[in-house]
Amino acid sequence: MEILMCVVAGLLFAASVYMMLSKSLLRIIIGTGLLSHGTHLMLLSMGGLKKGAAPVLGEHAASYVDPVPQALILTAIVISFGVTAVILVIAYRAYQELGTDNMDQLRGIDTDD
Amino acid sequence: MINLPILPIFIPLAAAIVLIFLSKNVVAQRAVSVFASAATVLAAFIVMLKVKDDGIQTVDMGSWPAPFGITLVSDMLSILLVLTASIITLCVVLYSFRSIGSGREAFYYYPIVQFLLVGVNGSFTTGDIFNLFVFFEIMLMSSYVLIVIGGTKIQLRESIKYILVNVISSAIFVIAVGYLYSVTGSLNMAHISSRIAEIGTDPIITVLAILFLIVFGLKGGIFPLYFWLPGSYAAPPAPVLALFGSLLTKVGIYAILRTYTLFFFHDQPFTHNILSLLALLTIVAGSIGALAYRDVKQILIYNIIIAVGVLLFGISLMTEDSIAGTVFYLIHDMIIKAGLFLLGGIMIYITGTSSLSKMGGLIRQYPALGWTFLVASFALAGIPPLSGFVGKVLIVRAGFEAGEYTGAIVVLLSSLVVLYSVVNLFMAVFWKTPETPLPKGKKQTISLFIPAAALVALSVLYGVGTEAVYPFVMQAVDALIHPEIYIDAVLKE
Repeated sequence: MEILMCVVAGLLFAASVYMMLSKSLLRIIIGTGLLSHGTHLMLLSMGGLKKGAAPVLGEHAASYVDPVPQALILTAIVISFGVTAVILVIAYRAYQELGTDNMDQLRGIDTDD
Repeated sequence: MINLPILPIFIPLAAAIVLIFLSKNVVAQRAVSVFASAATVLAAFIVMLKVKDDGIQTVDMGSWPAPFGITLVSDMLSILLVLTASIITLCVVLYSFRSIGSGREAFYYYPIVQFLLVGVNGSFTTGDIFNLFVFFEIMLMSSYVLIVIGGTKIQLRESIKYILVNVISSAIFVIAVGYLYSVTGSLNMAHISSRIAEIGTDPIITVLAILFLIVFGLKGGIFPLYFWLPGSYAAPPAPVLALFGSLLTKVGIYAILRTYTLFFFHDQPFTHNILSLLALLTIVAGSIGALAYRDVKQILIYNIIIAVGVLLFGISLMTEDSIAGTVFYLIHDMIIKAGLFLLGGIMIYITGTSSLSKMGGLIRQYPALGWTFLVASFALAGIPPLSGFVGKVLIVRAGFEAGEYTGAIVVLLSSLVVLYSVVNLFMAVFWKTPETPLPKGKKQTISLFIPAAALVALSVLYGVGTEAVYPFVMQAVDALIHPEIYIDAVLKE
């Protein structure tokens, strides 16, 4: 199971790298979303999967999965959600202001403004 | 257990929340900002005296005992950096009154600065690796807002790149923490350190060391990961640039210093050699940039990169002298970079341009500004008795003692490059006759000049009063060289 998850995470990373290497800003942002998904899956499988019951069942549970990675993922998801929202807003504002979403035209050698 | 170490994080946080509700009242915002920043400085100072007397202070959040809960750890290194960061923020806030513009002031500039301080102080203080990630994110989120606030074209363009680079580095950070957790089964930094000591030199630890180096190197701006830095830092106005240049990159350096002295010191021939090589390449790359550009902002920004290289070289040597030099130089560099960027901001304000070829002759109308800048330049280059000297001499001496002749000589030569680049800047801005005559009439710069000069004066005091600072720095170095001290204080064994 862990190996399957690792392969899935790897596929997500591959897709995200592909998306981030494109020129359109929106594709790049989707790429960062995929990157964080891959990261979270990776983090989930780090604690080991399918070990037993739900975590907090009292002291005498026979076996339970590690709750720490789940807590970490929850935090990381919230953060990546916030960052994605910010970057979408800034990308839209930049598109309005600069009139393009093509990264080739956003290189910025000139010192306008 | 006392809750003192949490104050330098809590005060700016509370102030930021209050400031959000005061967004329409600029005068109240300024008052609360200054009051909160001053209170943070005071709190940090009290904690520092406490750490000096009673050793490392820890707070177990929510009373969960370490290593199960999140622990805040104020050792001498953390609290010295927290104090420095708070002082810089106070000066930058004072400087912002006349320079940041009413548009930015009305749109949450002051609360975001306080949130940035929360992130920076938190990163310095936390003793939990995942909590470090969270504080990094608080700091980065604030920096995303600060870099784009104002919404000029260049800011929007550069902020996209800045955010993308940092999103990727955050993802790598989470992955690295995940690996570290699966190897050691803990997130508490002291606990991780003792677990890694049991594992020894397993290859996976080396892989982790490199992963963390990539993450922190992206934030800190080491070669070859500094590519985003000059472009992005040039976009925001001077006060924001001063905050970024003096605080953000140094948080990355602090994190490298902490992890490489606490976790990854078992396989030094490999990891610390890579560190040393990267440090030297960073110095060279920074020097090329500092010599090549004819622009106030760019020259100062490339000087950040040179300083990062010098600091990394100090870390890579891992002797008591070199770490002491690194700590000295780290604090010096934070103060003097903030001062230089604020002074640079005044020059840009006066002339309306940052290009050296369009400036000149400022010394007639602004002699105090000119001489202060010259003193700051000498301090940056490390001319005794100013503050850069002690750190550099310790690092270079440790380099020669360790037989790293190339590295030590490169650090020495880099001082020359720094001196040349900033004195060149001084000559071009203050000495030479301008091609286009300066605008008539003297601009009012005294309210900008005082905070900047205060930072330069602090830097001079830091250099002259090295003897007084020495015991504090040595206490910080002691805990870095002997991780047992840190571990015992946190786990209370």
